[in-house]
Amino acid sequence: MKDWRYWLAEQRGTLLAFGIFIVMFAIYSGNHPAGFTANVVQTAANKGVLLAFVAMAQTLVVITAGIDLSVGMIFTLTNCMASWLVIGTGLETAFGVLAVLGTGLVCGAVNGAIVIYGRLQPIVATIATGAVFFGLALLLRPVPGGSVNEDLADFLTGRFFGVVPASLVALLVIVLVVWVPFSRSEFGRAAYAAGSSETAAYMSGVPIRRGKFLAYTLAGLLAAIGGLFLTFFTYTGEAAYASGNAYTLFSIAAVVLGGVSLFGGKGSAIGAIFGALAFRTIGDLLFVFDFDPLWQPLFQGVILLIAVSLGAFALFRVRNRLEWFL
Amino acid sequence: MDGAAPLFRMEGISKRYGGVRALEKADLTVTAGGIHAILGENGAGKSTLIKVMAGVVAPDEGTMTLDGREVSFASPAAANQAGIVCIFQELSLIPELSVADNIVISDPPKRFGMIDRKAQRRIAEEALARAGASDIHPCALVKDLPLSRRQMVEIAKALARKPRILILDEATSALTAADVAKVFEVLKRLRSEGLALLYISHRMNEIAELADHCTVFRNGRNVASYPAGSKSDNEVVELMIGREYSHIFPPKPGPTAAATTVLEARNLSWADRLDNISLSVKAGEVVGLGGLDGQGQRELLLAFFGVLRGLSGEILIDGKPVSIASPTAASHGRIGMALIPEDRKTEGLMLPMTVRENLSFAALDRLSKGGIIDRAAEQRLIDDMVGLLAIKTAGLDIPVGALSGGNQQKVVIAKWLMRQPRIILLNDPTRGIDVGTKQELYQLMRKLADAGAAILFYSTDYDELIGCCDRVLVLYDGAVKRELVGAEITEHALIASALNIHGEGAGPKQGVGA
Amino acid sequence: MSETTLGGIAGRMPKFLRRADPAVVTAFACIVILLLLGSLYSRSFLSPEYLLQQLKVASFLGVIATGMMLVILLGQIDLSVPWSVATGAMMACAAAAYGPVGVALAIPFGVLCGVAIGLVNGIGVAYLRIPSMIITLATNAVAQGLMVVYTGGFSPQDSATAAMRYLATGFTIPGVPNAVIIWALIGAAMVFVLTRTSFGRAVYGIGNRERAAYLSGIDTRRIVLIAFAVSGGLSAFGGVLLAGYASKAAQSMGDAYLLPSIAAVVLGGTSILGGRGSYLGTVAGVILITLLQSILSVMQMPEAGRQIIYGVVIVAMLLLYGRAPASR
Repeated sequence: MKDWRYWLAEQRGTLLAFGIFIVMFAIYSGNHPAGFTANVVQTAANKGVLLAFVAMAQTLVVITAGIDLSVGMIFTLTNCMASWLVIGTGLETAFGVLAVLGTGLVCGAVNGAIVIYGRLQPIVATIATGAVFFGLALLLRPVPGGSVNEDLADFLTGRFFGVVPASLVALLVIVLVVWVPFSRSEFGRAAYAAGSSETAAYMSGVPIRRGKFLAYTLAGLLAAIGGLFLTFFTYTGEAAYASGNAYTLFSIAAVVLGGVSLFGGKGSAIGAIFGALAFRTIGDLLFVFDFDPLWQPLFQGVILLIAVSLGAFALFRVRNRLEWFL
Repeated sequence: MDGAAPLFRMEGISKRYGGVRALEKADLTVTAGGIHAILGENGAGKSTLIKVMAGVVAPDEGTMTLDGREVSFASPAAANQAGIVCIFQELSLIPELSVADNIVISDPPKRFGMIDRKAQRRIAEEALARAGASDIHPCALVKDLPLSRRQMVEIAKALARKPRILILDEATSALTAADVAKVFEVLKRLRSEGLALLYISHRMNEIAELADHCTVFRNGRNVASYPAGSKSDNEVVELMIGREYSHIFPPKPGPTAAATTVLEARNLSWADRLDNISLSVKAGEVVGLGGLDGQGQRELLLAFFGVLRGLSGEILIDGKPVSIASPTAASHGRIGMALIPEDRKTEGLMLPMTVRENLSFAALDRLSKGGIIDRAAEQRLIDDMVGLLAIKTAGLDIPVGALSGGNQQKVVIAKWLMRQPRIILLNDPTRGIDVGTKQELYQLMRKLADAGAAILFYSTDYDELIGCCDRVLVLYDGAVKRELVGAEITEHALIASALNIHGEGAGPKQGVGA
Repeated sequence: MSETTLGGIAGRMPKFLRRADPAVVTAFACIVILLLLGSLYSRSFLSPEYLLQQLKVASFLGVIATGMMLVILLGQIDLSVPWSVATGAMMACAAAAYGPVGVALAIPFGVLCGVAIGLVNGIGVAYLRIPSMIITLATNAVAQGLMVVYTGGFSPQDSATAAMRYLATGFTIPGVPNAVIIWALIGAAMVFVLTRTSFGRAVYGIGNRERAAYLSGIDTRRIVLIAFAVSGGLSAFGGVLLAGYASKAAQSMGDAYLLPSIAAVVLGGTSILGGRGSYLGTVAGVILITLLQSILSVMQMPEAGRQIIYGVVIVAMLLLYGRAPASR
C-alpha cells in the first residue's frame, strides 16, 4: 500500500466529519434565503467556532480515555471573567486576555491534578469541579452584564478582506499553536498511548501521567479561548447554567461525530472541529426549512443519540462475549 | 562456560507470589555474543526470571550484576536504560498507534521539541529491516496487523532500543515458518555483533538450531546447564520432568463401558483459535485437556459454556444438538453445566463481597421464590457446601478476598456445586494453590465423577492430568493432536505430544519417565 | 488447622457491625456537626418543626437518589435525571388535563414516561454497551427536546392533581409529611431489594465484577436494563412529587437534582465504581446535602457560594475515601 492510503485510513474519521459538514453546509446555504454569501458564512462561522473550541478541549481529554464534564462551565466562567477584564487600553486588554487564558489553564490543571494524582474518576471529579467553576462564574456575574473591548471583539468576529471570517482564522491559528504542537509532542503521544492501552504504555516507558495532565490542562485553555470568543460575540458575560451544560453535551456530540473514540487513543481535534461545525449546521438546518425553532433541541438530541449509537456497531464484531466486560 | 567474563549474572534470585514460590534461589549467567536458551515446563519459573531481569517485578532476594557492577531495576524503562530489552509474550504494543510510532515510543527523535516524523520513519524502517520485516509499512496501525506481524514489530521495537541483552520470551510462538527463519537470521547476526540473547521457547527444534548454551528450570530453580547439542531431546525432557511426586491421587475406577455420553462436540471451530475439535465426555468420566498453555484449551471450555460467538460445528448434550447462547443457558435447565474459570479473582469471585454472597451467587434462582431469597434454605445449602469442601473461613460474612487462595478456589467450586451440575468444566483449577488443597480437589473431582458427573479438566500441571484423568486430549494450535487413554497417559507422552515432537518414538510406551 | 471450621456462629455476626462503613459514619457525623453549627446560628435548627421540614425537602432528593444509587451500584451512572424529573412532572400534569381518567392515571403515566427513558438508557448500556455517561446524556437531550416541543418552551399551564399535591404536601399521619412517608416506603423497599432478593445480589455482583457475574450464569444485561428503568421511574416519580409540591411543573426543575443526587450517593459511601455501598449511607448523604443547602440558604449564602461549597465538599470527601487504588 502507498503512504497516502495509510494517511487516508488514519484520517477517515476526520474526513468523514469534513464530508458531513460540507454536505450539510451546502444544503444549509443552498436553502438559506440569502444564499451563499460572505455574511451567511460569517454568521455560521461565528456560531460554529464557539463549539469548535469547546469540542477541541473535550477531544484532548477524551483521547486519554477520560471525559471532562466541566468544559462547558470553564467556558461559562471565562466568559464572565472576560466581561470584566478584557476592556480598556490595549495593554489592559492584553493583560485581561492573558488572565482569562491563565484561568482556563488553572481550571484544566485542577481537573488534571484531581483525576491523575487524586485518582478520582474523571466523570465525578469534573461534575464537581464544574459546579465550582459555575459558582465562580455566578460570583463574577450574578446578573448578565459587563462589556468587552469592542475594537478587538469586532476585529476578531468580523471579516478579513471582506470575505474570510476572522473567527475561522483565529480557529486555524489556535489549531496551529495548540493542537499541532501537542499532538506531535512526546506528551501528546503519551496521551494517545495511555488512552489506547495504559498497560502497554507503561511497559513501553511512556510518560503517561505528564501526558494526561497536559491534556487536561490544555483542555482548560481551549475552553477558555471559547469563553473569550463568546464574550467577543455577545459583548457581555452571563453565568448561564443551561448554556454551559449544553456546551458540555454538544462537545461530546461533536467529538463523536468527529471520529474521536470515546474509549480513547483515537481521533484528532481537527475531526472534532468539523464535527462541531457539522453539528451546528445540522441544528440550524431547521431554520432554513422554516421549522418551528422549538424542534431544535429535540432534533439535536436525536442526532446525538444516533451519533453515540453508531459506535455500537463494533459490538457485532466481538466474537468472545467476555470482551464485553473489558 | 568459557573463560570470558560474564556480561550479566543473577545469583540467588527468589520471588514469591502470595504463598507460591515462583523462583527459589535461581542463578543465571549470560555472556556476550551468545544465544542462551532457557527451558522448562509451564510454571517452572522462566517467565518470572525474565520479569525480574526486565524490571517488571522486583525480586524478594538475590543480586544482579551487569559488567561486574550490582544493579537493580525499578521499572522496565530502567532496565532498558541499562541495555536489557525484553520481548514479552503479552504484547506491549499500543494498538491505536502506527508501527513507526510504536517502534520509537520510549524515546522518539525530536526536533524543536516536537517528534521528528521523518527521523522516526527512518528509524522505524531501519529497525524493521534489521528485524527482517521490511514488508511491514511503518504507517500501518498496529491494531490492523495480524498477530504474526505484530510480533515482528515487537522485535523491531526491541532492536531500535539498541539492546546489549535481548530477551525473547516465546517470541516465535505466533510466527509463520517463513518469519521464524527470518528472525533466526537476525538473531544469528545479532550474536555475531556481540549481543547476548536469551531465548525461551517450547519448540525443541528451534533451540537445537539456535542456542549455544541451555539452562533447564524446574520448580523455580535452575537444575541443569549444558552446551547446546550435548543432550538428546529425551534427556532434556527427563530434566524438565525430574520432579518428585508430591501429589496423592485417588484411585481411578477403570473404564466403564456402560456409561452414556453426556457432552459431545463435533467439528468445533472458532476464529483461528479452535480447529475442528471433536470430543465426547461420558457420565462418570474425567477427561483431561493437555498441551502447552494457550493452545485453545481455554477457548474450548468457553465455547461449551456459551461465551463464544460465531462457533461452527455442533455441541450435543445427551446426544441431542443444543445451541448454548450464554452461561445462563449453559448452567440452567437440563444442560446443567458449570465452569470453574481460569482466573478466580476476576472471573470466579467478587472479591469484596462476602463468602456467603459468593457461595450462593450462581444458585440464586434455585434459592429464591419470586425473586426473594429463602435465607434458611441458603444457609442450609451453604452449611452443606462448607462442610463438604471443608472451607476454612473466619465467618460467612467476611469478604471472600480475605481467604487463602486454596479456600477461595474451594468457594468457586462450591458455588457451582450448589447447582448440582451434571457437566463440570475446570480451567486449571489448581494454579497457585497449596498442595493440601490440591489433593482435596483431586478427591472431590473423583467423587463427583463417581456420582455421575461428566468432567472436562484442563490443567497446566502434567502430574494432575496423569493422576486424575481417565483420558487426556492433547491440544496443539487449536486442534486435538493426540488422545491418550489409561496407561498411555505418561509425563513423557504428554510433554512429547504437547511439544508436537514428531518421530519421537511414535509410541507412548517408549522412554516412560514417570 | 488452628482456624475454626465454619459453624453457625460466624453466620450470625450482627449486620450493622460489618456494614459500619467509615463513610456512613463520617456522613452521619457531618450531619450532627452541621446541626450543631446551625444551632449556634439560630436555636430553631434543633426544633422538631425545622427537622421535619428538612426531612420533607430531603425526601424529594431521597426518592431520586434511590434510583441513582441502584445505577451507581452497577458501576454506571444516570445523567438523564434532570429531564427524567421534568418529564415525569410535566407528563403527570399533562395527563391531568384529560378528564377524570387522566387525573386518575396522572401519577402512573408520569412514572411510566420516566421508565421509558430509563429503558432507552438500559438498552444502550446493557445491549449496545454504550458508556452509560454518554447514552444517558443523549436521552436527557432527547427528553428535553420532546418536552420543549410539547410545552412550547414555556412552563406548562396544566397543574398538578389533588392526589399529587396530597402525596407531596399532605399529612396522613399527623405531624409526619406524606413525602417523608413515601421516601421511607421507597427506602424500605430498596433495602429489601438490595439485601433480600436475588436481583439485589446480582446488582452488587455486577458492580463488583460483571465478568464474574456473567460467568456465574446471571443474565447481567437484563439486570442492568431493569436497574436503569427503575432509576428512570424513580426520577420521574420524584418529578411528580415536586410538581405536587409546587402545584405545577417547570422547565428546568430537574437541573437542581443531578449533582446533588450523585453527590448524596457518593458521599454516603457508595463507590462510584460500583459494587459497594449501603442504602443507609445514601440516606445520610441525602440528609447531609439537604442540610448543607438549608444552612447555606438560611445564612443567605448566594447560589454562587452554594455551588462552590458543593463542588469543594464533594471533591474533598471523595479524596478522603473515594480514591481508586494506586495502580503501581
